[in-house]
Amino acid sequence: MTYIAKPKFHHRDLPKNELGYTHRDYEGKISTLCAGCGHDSITAAIIEACFDLSIEPHRVAKISGIGCSSKTPDYFLGNSHGFNTVHGRMPSVLTGANLANRELIYLGVSGDGDSASIGFGQFAHSIRRGVNMTYIVENNGVYGLTKGQFSATADRGSKSKRGVTNSDNAIDMVAIALQLGATYVARSFSGDKHQLVPIIEGAIRHQGAAFIDVISPCIAFNNHTGSTKSFDYVREHNEAVNRLDVITGRAPISIDQAPGTVQVVEQHDGTKLALRKIDADYDVHDRLAAMAFLQKHAAKGQVVTGLLYVDPEADDLHANLNTVEKALNTLEAKDLCPGSSALEKINASLR
Amino acid sequence: MSATAPISSVNDFVVRFANVNGSGSASANEMFARSIIRHGVPVSPRNIFPSNIQGLPTWYEVRVTEDGHLGARGGVDMMVAMNPQTWDKDVASIEPGGYLFYDSTKPMPASKFREDITVIGVPLTAITNSTYTDPRQRQLFKNIIYLGALSALLDMDPKVIEQLIGEQYKTKEKLLSSNVHALHLGRDWALQNLKCPIGLRVQKADKVGDRIFVEGNNAAALGAVYGGATVCAWYPITPSSSLADAFTSHCKRLRHDPETKKAKYAIVQGEDEIASIGIVVGAGWNGARAFTATSGPGVSLMTEFIGLTYFAEIPAVIMNVQRAGPSTGMPTRTQQCDVISCAYASHGDTKHPLLFPEDPHEAFEMAAQCFDLAERLQSTVFLMLDLDIGMNHRLCRPFKWDESKQYDRGKVMTAAMLDEGRDFGRYLDVDGDGIPFRTYPGTHPTKGSYFTRGTSRDRYARYSEEGAVYQDNMQRLLRKFETAKDLVPRPLQANAQKPTKYGVIYYGSTSPAMDEAVGMLEARGHQLDRLRIRAFPFHSSVASFIADHDFVYVVEQNRDAQLRQLIVNENGIDPVRLVPILHYDGTPITARFIAKAIGDHQDQLKVTPLRKVVS
Repeated sequence: MTYIAKPKFHHRDLPKNELGYTHRDYEGKISTLCAGCGHDSITAAIIEACFDLSIEPHRVAKISGIGCSSKTPDYFLGNSHGFNTVHGRMPSVLTGANLANRELIYLGVSGDGDSASIGFGQFAHSIRRGVNMTYIVENNGVYGLTKGQFSATADRGSKSKRGVTNSDNAIDMVAIALQLGATYVARSFSGDKHQLVPIIEGAIRHQGAAFIDVISPCIAFNNHTGSTKSFDYVREHNEAVNRLDVITGRAPISIDQAPGTVQVVEQHDGTKLALRKIDADYDVHDRLAAMAFLQKHAAKGQVVTGLLYVDPEADDLHANLNTVEKALNTLEAKDLCPGSSALEKINASLR
Repeated sequence: MSATAPISSVNDFVVRFANVNGSGSASANEMFARSIIRHGVPVSPRNIFPSNIQGLPTWYEVRVTEDGHLGARGGVDMMVAMNPQTWDKDVASIEPGGYLFYDSTKPMPASKFREDITVIGVPLTAITNSTYTDPRQRQLFKNIIYLGALSALLDMDPKVIEQLIGEQYKTKEKLLSSNVHALHLGRDWALQNLKCPIGLRVQKADKVGDRIFVEGNNAAALGAVYGGATVCAWYPITPSSSLADAFTSHCKRLRHDPETKKAKYAIVQGEDEIASIGIVVGAGWNGARAFTATSGPGVSLMTEFIGLTYFAEIPAVIMNVQRAGPSTGMPTRTQQCDVISCAYASHGDTKHPLLFPEDPHEAFEMAAQCFDLAERLQSTVFLMLDLDIGMNHRLCRPFKWDESKQYDRGKVMTAAMLDEGRDFGRYLDVDGDGIPFRTYPGTHPTKGSYFTRGTSRDRYARYSEEGAVYQDNMQRLLRKFETAKDLVPRPLQANAQKPTKYGVIYYGSTSPAMDEAVGMLEARGHQLDRLRIRAFPFHSSVASFIADHDFVYVVEQNRDAQLRQLIVNENGIDPVRLVPILHYDGTPITARFIAKAIGDHQDQLKVTPLRKVVS
């Protein structure tokens, strides 16, 4: 047997959300990743975010590329359709799926090898097109499935498990996403559930291209001294700009009301993001400032986390293409076929 | 004085225009072709152009053909030589007794010249320079002036051309009057200074009927609209870009909600071919009818995704407008050279249906049909156009659409079906035809979801690398391909007037040249039964046709006899029984070429073998 069935037993008193679903309704198959993998923590955060938001699991389409990270959609939202595509090409498949049916929630899951190397172009173009999606990169700076090669996000000077020093510059995907026009940009750490879950919730509620870079240490190949993507390194160098809470239109989930330190950002669907600011000068609406802030702290070896930028008035690809509100995959022949009278006119114009 | 009698022909000749790319001659040359159609005389034009924007030689050939032969004929009866760069080659290509039309503002080169052609000089530059001061106007109107002169030389009705100009510039009065003025400048000069008409003449007839004059790419794009395509993702590449452009323009006219003005389609210019097919795959997976238009190099880039569509069983349509390869090859020259690469695209054991339209009419019909097939078969389906059909205007039957037609969305299990308790296994062969049911994402809260992947899985879409499970799936995919044989368009057979032991197989844009070649071969005493293949996988009648003949010619526009290879491979046929007739210089195949190649081979069969020398 090459897949693992999950036990059906669960506690009858598990907490339920507004839909009456428990966490179990948001789970998938048992992970086959290494014990302790940061990706499993991200899976748990996605499950919690979807539970908190009372999302119907089947209304989510989860799409990934190839690699350890791209296996993870099998481990959450078992009642959703998932699509493990080809290496680096998740963004285009997600774009097409989104065009076909704008009514679903699109969750793109990728890795640093998948998105920063072979798929760098597709990552960039899906962002610049403003596809309405939550694009999560589970970033460990290493190729895990092929046993430890550097990825394009590995920091210059960091060391591989074998002791090799990386001589190439790193791609900062958050910086790139900001430059390309992503309208919701965040970075988090797989080991910081309290920060990550609300960031994912905010991204799902965001009506535009939301990008989240999650530093997710590879327990097998990149969690050692010399790595800048290890648990210890990230904990020591984490510079969080804010903590985030998501407030739905109905009831707050949680909020830390420290007077004068909370900034509320309203999104298109009425959801409010409550940002508990750590850096008093940080403005999440200023794209240029975010880029400068990121660069400044990167130069100091700090990993900036939190919601770095959000545009509450974002448009998405459907708005730009002026497509009908109805999902394109539901249109029928009567909606689409111009009929024989139109064809006669066309014939006449060609004589 | 010509040593050979000038060609004398009414409504049956070839005029070729030699121009410089970017000189603005295309619209005047096309107007020449259209005006002959308006005389009731069929034409078959071909644009022969370089893969650059400006400066290199370009030719536009108009075959005037009252008999309605729509293939290229070969040879030039009248050369309109407007490009000094190609002068020698152009002059050499004129048939004996033919005509050379040139700009006589400057004297002809003093070199040795042909005596078997009639030379007609019109001082085009002098006329334009004396009339227009603006350099661009001089260049553009020179083309209309030679059109006017030709109308006099060929005895064409100027009112027909005036009417065409009127239609083209109906909202631009200034352009209309200035073009008509230029037309008459050339026409009047010719009438006053030359002997008009010459031996080549256009005489009004009634041979066009209700046929339309349209490019294959335009027709295929319209077929995509009628076939219900809602998502198009593409990346610019010659010769397919005009297909995506035409789809955009048809959608703008035909596919907007009248109340909201919103689009019932989405078109994305991808960052490359890989992204384009990726978007198509995503849309197809999610239940939309989606396609991309590309050419051979694009197909090469798309192959990994094409393999995924085969194995993960996702509908996708690729309209491949073939050009001469390999590599960059000759980007603006035609071939049928992607047959193998499309049929077996991607790694591993893969096969994909191919449809071969013969003209724009079939391009329209088959383009629409591709979407039904892709969804029925849950597979990539290729529409195999080529540059000759795609980028040239052809006369063809008018488009027709059956109002009662419903789209075949294939085997899609709905929420109601799931609630009924139907067993949903994504890769279960419930009907024995190899085609499983699928569900669209978002169908049901608790039933029918599955995980799509390119890695092996069992009948219920559960990841599995068990050898037996993998083989079971691959065998089912073969059963599905067998089913496809009866779903794709069948071959069309036409028998010779007399019983014959010989047959010929051909496909796609070769069709009009073959129709004409058969007549030429019959005149030489060779009878051939014909089979026009319209799709891969091959219907059983292909093998029967081959079995019914001693041997069969396979006419193709590529070097390696790709369709022949496919027939041999798929049907287990002795290759000796299939004689390849191959044309692959990048120009469209001609009736003359086919008739000569087959005729010579047939003639050899009549030679009595010499007796063996007995030692």
